[in-house]
Amino acid sequence: MENENILCVKGIKKSFGGVHALRGVDLTIRRGETHCLAGENGCGKSTIIKVISGFYKPDAGTIEVDGKGYPVMTPAEAIKAGVQVIYQDFSIFPNLTVIENLAFNQVLANKKKLVNKKEFRRIAEEAIKKIKFDVDLDALVETLPVADKQLIAISRALLDNAKLIIMDEPTTALTKREVDRLFEIVTDLKENGVTILFVSHKLEEVFEISDSITILRNGQNVISCPMEEMTEEKFAHYMTGRHFDTQVVKEVNEEKYGDVVLEARNLTAPGFEDVSFELHQGEILGVTGQLGSGRTELSLSLFGLLQPTGGQILVEGKEVHIKNVSVAQKLGIALVPEDRLTEGLFLPQSIIRNITVSRMDKLGNKMGILSSKKVVEESAKWVKDIGVATKNHEFPVQTLSGGNQQKVVLGRWLANHPKVLILNGPTVGVDIGAKYDIHKLLRELAAEGMAIIVVSDDASEVIATCDRALVMQAGRVTGRLSAKELDTATLAQATV
Amino acid sequence: MKKMDSNIKRLLIILVAFIIIACVTKPTAFIKIGNFQTMAKQLSEYGLMSIGVGICMISGGIDLSTVYIANLCGILAGITMQDGGNVPLAILVGLVVGIICGSFNGFLVSYLRIPAMLATLGTYQLFMGIAILASKGSTVSGIPEAYTSFATTALLGYIPLSFVVFLLLILAVTFIMSRTKFGTRVYLVGTNERAARFAGIHCNAVLVRTYMLSGLLSAVAGLLSLARINSAKADFGSSYTMQSILIAVLGGVNPNGGFGTIPGIAIAVVILQMMSSYLNMFPGISNYYRDLIWGIALIGVLIINFALDKRRTQRLSKIS
Repeated sequence: MENENILCVKGIKKSFGGVHALRGVDLTIRRGETHCLAGENGCGKSTIIKVISGFYKPDAGTIEVDGKGYPVMTPAEAIKAGVQVIYQDFSIFPNLTVIENLAFNQVLANKKKLVNKKEFRRIAEEAIKKIKFDVDLDALVETLPVADKQLIAISRALLDNAKLIIMDEPTTALTKREVDRLFEIVTDLKENGVTILFVSHKLEEVFEISDSITILRNGQNVISCPMEEMTEEKFAHYMTGRHFDTQVVKEVNEEKYGDVVLEARNLTAPGFEDVSFELHQGEILGVTGQLGSGRTELSLSLFGLLQPTGGQILVEGKEVHIKNVSVAQKLGIALVPEDRLTEGLFLPQSIIRNITVSRMDKLGNKMGILSSKKVVEESAKWVKDIGVATKNHEFPVQTLSGGNQQKVVLGRWLANHPKVLILNGPTVGVDIGAKYDIHKLLRELAAEGMAIIVVSDDASEVIATCDRALVMQAGRVTGRLSAKELDTATLAQATV
Repeated sequence: MKKMDSNIKRLLIILVAFIIIACVTKPTAFIKIGNFQTMAKQLSEYGLMSIGVGICMISGGIDLSTVYIANLCGILAGITMQDGGNVPLAILVGLVVGIICGSFNGFLVSYLRIPAMLATLGTYQLFMGIAILASKGSTVSGIPEAYTSFATTALLGYIPLSFVVFLLLILAVTFIMSRTKFGTRVYLVGTNERAARFAGIHCNAVLVRTYMLSGLLSAVAGLLSLARINSAKADFGSSYTMQSILIAVLGGVNPNGGFGTIPGIAIAVVILQMMSSYLNMFPGISNYYRDLIWGIALIGVLIINFALDKRRTQRLSKIS
């Protein structure tokens, strides 16, 4: 008799040091369904996955897979029980070929000492056939696009007779088209009796793909219900525990714009070509497009981190050559980079240092000697102004939540009083509440006359904040949308 | 800031505990002015090199060539002042050579992106090679007494001048690292070079200056040893390379970059010198054991730092 529930975990508790990541989480997944696990960053989603896959040992609670209880789950047992996790980094070997990646596990599991190339190929072909995945088996994995890497990870999971596949934020790096293909595969898998636990915080996806949903907040269950009982408003409320208007009311009034601050004329650099635009004081320009469309490269070239090979950049009507970041800084251009953790912050250093790093020239005397009083005051001012929630400015910035970390990066650049503020993915990995705060702040800054460029692939963000938008595709501007044209439908159409 | 204090407190406790143990077990040999004077002279030289290694480690790299920069500077200064040469000019030659050697290290590490470990291992060999050629493979001697008397003079009759130089440089570097833009940037580049570039820091310039400073400190060490031993040789003090790394790590420098303080390194220098002198007072412990003991000490310190770091991370995440 098959058990109705493929997975049943109860009362899972887990703490790290003094932090309670999970405070008694229950999760029940029925056989053959697609279940969504949602919640904001830091709610315990990743931790519970790692507990289920045997990576972490829970402090309390029970795990049952397919009706069988596991007092201590180890990664090996989890795989044997049919639980497979597709992590965000896919855990594949980039320097090996597709065949090798697919066949290794199987061959190792069979304890074979000798390697047979024909056998390898047979296993690999069988694996990709299961999900109708068409790929060059001899290609090195590192040369493939992200979406293909993900499919390789899924194929490999299926080879191990996965009954439950857990996908951890699988759509983060995918284009719209790739997401569609992934969803087709998920539907296929479901028909073949594979259960999917889909971890996500993106509202549209959750509603599109799931049969039922569990939402976590602060390491606790908030709700578990079939998808039919969930609405968009409820979703936002359960995720954050707050009630708010997710749409910032924006007033687009073209008359209020000031002079042109920044202009690009036929700008070309590795990654994009022939991009032209004008940016006025008080205006928020959106630059949107998929990963690899050249949007990131465009932002880097305006900040001196990527040298243009053609075209012109004009600041307040004068042509400029932005050789490096400090030239950009002197011209009043600031960039909040895409990857907060590796590009934006000095994680183990104090909040003070992270905020004042780009202001040191102003905080010291001509000999390069810093006034520690000025440094502390400057940092305190911005922590307060921008609302970073912290008890002590001496703490490493890594102790802050994603949203507060992003505010620190933002504060660092606002401290320079830029004329042009470029933000690349300003709210990636930021919870809904902080996202709302940041959007509001951007509108306020624009109202005070700052010129802002928001580079983002998040359609709702572009709609909520921008006055106009450029749509980029394969390194070229393929669309220009005015305020009136900016809505979900036109954006979706323009970016596909 | 809090962390800095706790590290220094820890080192001071070790230091005091060690002095007590030494005084109790070897009262007559250890508590002697002469012993302290000898220690002060010896530690000044590799102490300066340890500071150089330390700042390079803070910047996210390492400098393995300090000893050979010191020897090269000592030899070139020695040749210049030999047989009645100009002493001030010789000192200048030594310092300038140190700066050039250090800048070259910095150039390799920053502009050419060669891993610091390999770059300075290469220049280690290179500087030694130049030193052998310059000294024709033998010892440079015939140093004028006007210069060597520096090593025998003591301030107020007790404090060796070389130790005074060491203290002054410690103060200067401490100030540079904790109170200037440059120092702060070294810490930030050492933490995350990519983020530093995005924040508008000229990482290459910062790194070149860091290695240059290390080269300069090594040059001073070379000049001090030239005065103390009255000669210079291309392969003098090769064991100091390992020792200076040990001192930097013992002093609380994070080998991954971004953390560490100069006073911490200075206290570690004193601790290590005392341990070394103390070991010498036991004829039963052969010199053969020395490498073994230092090896165990380095690994031990690394393990303790790892454990403390882990505890601190947990405590911090609890607070937030």
